[in-house]
Amino acid sequence: MANDEILLDVKGLKTQFALEEGTVRAVDGVDFTVKRGKTLCVVGESGCGKSVTARAILGIVPSPGKVVDGQMLFYKEDENGSVRPIDLATLRPNGQEIRSIRGAEISMVFQEPMTSFSPVYKIGHQIREPILIHQQVSKAEAREIAIDMLRRCGLPRPERVFDQYPWELSGGMRQRAMIARALVCRPSLLIADEPTTALDVTTETQILELMKELQDELGMAILFITHDLGVVAEVAEEVIVMYLGKVVERADVISLFYEAKHPYTQALLRSIPTISKERRHRLDTIEGMVPDPYNVPSGCPFHPRCPAFMPGICDVIEPPIYALEKGHLARCHLYNEELVGNVMDEPASS
Amino acid sequence: MARYIVQRLLYAIPTLIMISLVSFAIIELPPGDYLSSYIAKLEQQGSRVSQSELEALQQRYGLNQPVYVRYWKWISNFVRGDMGMSFEWNRPVKDLVMERIGLTALISLLSTLFIWAVALPIGIYSATHQYSLSDYLFTFIGFLGVGIPDFLLALVILWWAWSTFGVNLGGLYGPEFIGEPWTWPKVMEVVKRIWVPMVIIGTAGTAGMIRTMRANLLDELPQPYVESARASGLSETETVLKYPVRIALSPFVSTVGWMLPGLISGTTIVAIVLSLPTTGPLLLKALLSQDMYLAASFIMLLSILTVIGTLVSDILLVLVDPRIRFDDVQAG
Repeated sequence: MANDEILLDVKGLKTQFALEEGTVRAVDGVDFTVKRGKTLCVVGESGCGKSVTARAILGIVPSPGKVVDGQMLFYKEDENGSVRPIDLATLRPNGQEIRSIRGAEISMVFQEPMTSFSPVYKIGHQIREPILIHQQVSKAEAREIAIDMLRRCGLPRPERVFDQYPWELSGGMRQRAMIARALVCRPSLLIADEPTTALDVTTETQILELMKELQDELGMAILFITHDLGVVAEVAEEVIVMYLGKVVERADVISLFYEAKHPYTQALLRSIPTISKERRHRLDTIEGMVPDPYNVPSGCPFHPRCPAFMPGICDVIEPPIYALEKGHLARCHLYNEELVGNVMDEPASS
Repeated sequence: MARYIVQRLLYAIPTLIMISLVSFAIIELPPGDYLSSYIAKLEQQGSRVSQSELEALQQRYGLNQPVYVRYWKWISNFVRGDMGMSFEWNRPVKDLVMERIGLTALISLLSTLFIWAVALPIGIYSATHQYSLSDYLFTFIGFLGVGIPDFLLALVILWWAWSTFGVNLGGLYGPEFIGEPWTWPKVMEVVKRIWVPMVIIGTAGTAGMIRTMRANLLDELPQPYVESARASGLSETETVLKYPVRIALSPFVSTVGWMLPGLISGTTIVAIVLSLPTTGPLLLKALLSQDMYLAASFIMLLSILTVIGTLVSDILLVLVDPRIRFDDVQAG
C-alpha cells in the first residue's frame, strides 16, 4: 500500500472509562486505516465501541473516558502539498493543535439531527462558525461559503435556510444542514456516526446518496459508523466489524457480504431479512445479549454466543488476527489450522 | 413582536384595575381605621380628643364617606400622579416614597449585580467540574447561604463590626448626616457602607442561584448540540459559554422582572435590622398603623411594577430563546 494513499492509520487504540463499577475497556486495541477519498464502514451492535472510536479520533471522548494507549497517525497535507503524519493520540484533548484539526481537517456528523444544532442560534450562524474559527475570512465571505455548501447539500433556497432556526427544518433537512456544517471547511476526513439512524427510509436513501455525491465532488474520506448492514452495502468500500471493543473482521465490502469469515459477521448477515419465494420463516437472531462490559468473557469475547464455539479453545485463548486472502482479516480460532485440526482429530482418535 | 407587546400591555389594564380594587379592599378589611388607632395613641399619652375635633379630622381625611367614594377619590388621583396624603406623616405620599426610592433601588440593584457576578461563574464552574473538591466546597457554602436567614447574618455582621472595630454599620450614613442635603462627604459615606446590605442581601440569593445554575447547566452539558459545537473546533470555554450556558440562562431571564417589585418591597427585615432608609420599613409601618393612602399607593406601585416586570421578562425571554416567538406566531 503506497503511503500517500493512507489518511488515517489507527494502531492499537485503547480507550477506557474508569467508573465506580470498574474500568470499561470501550475500545480495546483497535487497528484500521482510512484511505484518502474512500469510505470505511465500522459495523457493530450497540456498545461495541464504534462511537467511542470516532470520538477518540477527534479527541472528544466524553468524560471520564480516556485514550490510554495506541497511535492515531493522521496524514495531514499542508499548503505546499507535502504530507506530514500527526499522532492524534498524543495531542492534548482540548489543546490548540487538535482544535485546529477538529472541524477543519476532520469533522463529524452526528446521529441526532434534531438536537445536534443549538435551538437558539440560526442555522447560518452555526454553519458559519467553523469557517470563522479555521479560516481568515470576513463574516460576509463566510456567509457566502456557508450558503454555497447548503446549496451543495441539496437544501432548497439556501439563503433563506441560512436565516432560519434549526427547529424550522424537518429532520432530513436538518441532517443535510448538519452535513453542510461538517463539510464547510472541506475536511479530508468526515466521520459519520449513524447519520441516518434517526431518519425514515426514504430520507435515509437521499442522505446516503448526497454523501456519496459530495465525496466524489470534494474528495474526502468517510468513516461511516452504522449498525445497519443495508447501509454498509450502499456506502462502503471497506468494512471493519467490531465486537466488544475489538475489530473481529476486516474486508472489502464484497468479500464481507459474500465470504464473511468471522462467525459473528456471519450471524449478523443471517439476521438481515431477505425477500425470497420460500415460505415464511422466523428471522435468524444472534443468541444471547452483548455481555456486560464489566465482565468481558475470557478467551474470545464472542464465544458464549458463537455457533462454532470450540470448548477448551475459544473460552481460554484470546484469538489473534489471522490474515486471509485478499487482505481479509478475521479474529477467530477457526482460521488457525493447528487448533482446528486438533479439535477435529480428537473425536476421531477417541 | 410589536403586536405581542401591545397585546400584553392591553391585558395589563384589566389586571391592574382588579388589583387596585382588591388592594383597597384588603386595606379596608381590618376593623377600625387610621383615626381610631390615632385616638388610641393620643389617649395612651393621656390627652383626650373632643367630639368636634374628631369630626374635623374625619372631615379632613374623608373617613366619613362610603368606601367606594374613597376608592374612587384615591384611584382617580393616583392615575393623575397624586397619591394622596399620609395620615401618619402628614405629608404627600409621593414625597415620602420618592425620597426613599433612590437608595432602595440602588441597594437592590447592587445586590442583584452582586448575586449575578458571584453566582453565575461559580455555578458554571461547579457544573463543569461536577463532583470535584471545589464543587463540593461551593455546594457546602451554597447550602450554608441558603440556610442562614439574612437578618441573622445582618445581626452577626453588625455585632462583629461593633465588637471588633467599634464601628456601627447600621444605616447607610452616620447620625451626623441625617436630614443633611446630598453633599460629597455624605455620598462617600454611603459608598463606604453600602457593601454591608449588598453582601447580606446577596448571600442567600447567591447560594440559590449557584444551585439553579449548576442544575440547569448539568442538564444541558450532555446534549448533542454541545458535542457538535466542540467537534467544530471551538475551545472548551467557548463551547460551554456559547452553547449550554446560553440555554441554562433562560430561567433566570424569566425572573429578571421580579427585580422590579423587589426594588420597593424587598428585604424589609434586613432593612429594619440595619435601619436602612429604604421603602420596605415604610410600607410595613404604613400597614401596621392603617395609614390607608400610603399603604394602598405602595401596594398599587408594587402591582404595577410586578406587571411591568413580568412583561419585561417575557420580552427578554423572547429575545433569548427564539423558540418562544415561533410558538406565538403559530398560535396567533
